[in-house]
Amino acid sequence: MLIIDCPYCGPRPELEFAHGGQAHIARPADPSQTTDDEWTEYLYLRVNTKGVYAERWRHARGCGRFFNALRDTTTDQFLATYRSGEKPPVGSAARSAP
Amino acid sequence: MADMLKRTSPPVASRPWLAPLPAATRYSLRGGAEARAAVAAAFGVEPPTQACRAASRGARSALWLGPDEHLLIAPESDGATLATALPAALAGVPHSLVDVSHRQVAFEVRGPHAEWLLAHGCPLDLDVAAFPVGMCTRTVFVKAEVLLWRTADDRFRIETWRSFTDYVITLLAETALELPA
Ligand SMILES: [Zn+2]
Repeated sequence: MLIIDCPYCGPRPELEFAHGGQAHIARPADPSQTTDDEWTEYLYLRVNTKGVYAERWRHARGCGRFFNALRDTTTDQFLATYRSGEKPPVGSAARSAP
Repeated sequence: MADMLKRTSPPVASRPWLAPLPAATRYSLRGGAEARAAVAAAFGVEPPTQACRAASRGARSALWLGPDEHLLIAPESDGATLATALPAALAGVPHSLVDVSHRQVAFEVRGPHAEWLLAHGCPLDLDVAAFPVGMCTRTVFVKAEVLLWRTADDRFRIETWRSFTDYVITLLAETALELPA
């Protein structure tokens, strides 16, 4: 079983967590002014990186908090976890924006 | 309401490794430092800021469940007092306070095999070095969400949502079949 390091609770078993998709996606400030293509991109289009990926996780069966993680999608290894609102750790190779 | 729930929920039968715990008054508290300070004064126990720790004074306890979330536990007889004292203390402070007294049922798994019994369905490291006395957390027991609180080396307080109690205890009892008689 994977051990995921919750930024609030520390290392905990994978069973307690829920995956939340790609991280650092900003909601358009004024949705009524976006084009259909921009809105579609915001809602549906994700980068699906092969390699280091910044994604959201939730410690659903623990503290309940969302946080971000850098995970290598080829090895399933977690490289770092950090709190929502924080930037990915410096020097990481994450490609988080499309 | 309380009487009806008592009648309809399955009783927790006492066994060598299992003890029912009395009904309690429970509040789910969400809020920041200001709300914690207000509750500390009115409740008599300071909600801990250290992750996954419980604090107690007398028969009242405050358990850290998340960075802005605590569970307050008190004797059932304190219910009426707290129902007025807590909202009064928190007036004007951003918070959420919900009476969850009857949402969950508490029981104690105890004895030399307590860790072993719980490890059957809980993925956490329950060794006392990794899960010391005073540690509490939400986690899973097989498929049910439970609140686990180690109150002594060989004692855990478990709180489950009412309808999960039978499921959790049945699985513990099945595991206990392997205990030496
Ligand atoms: Zn957590």
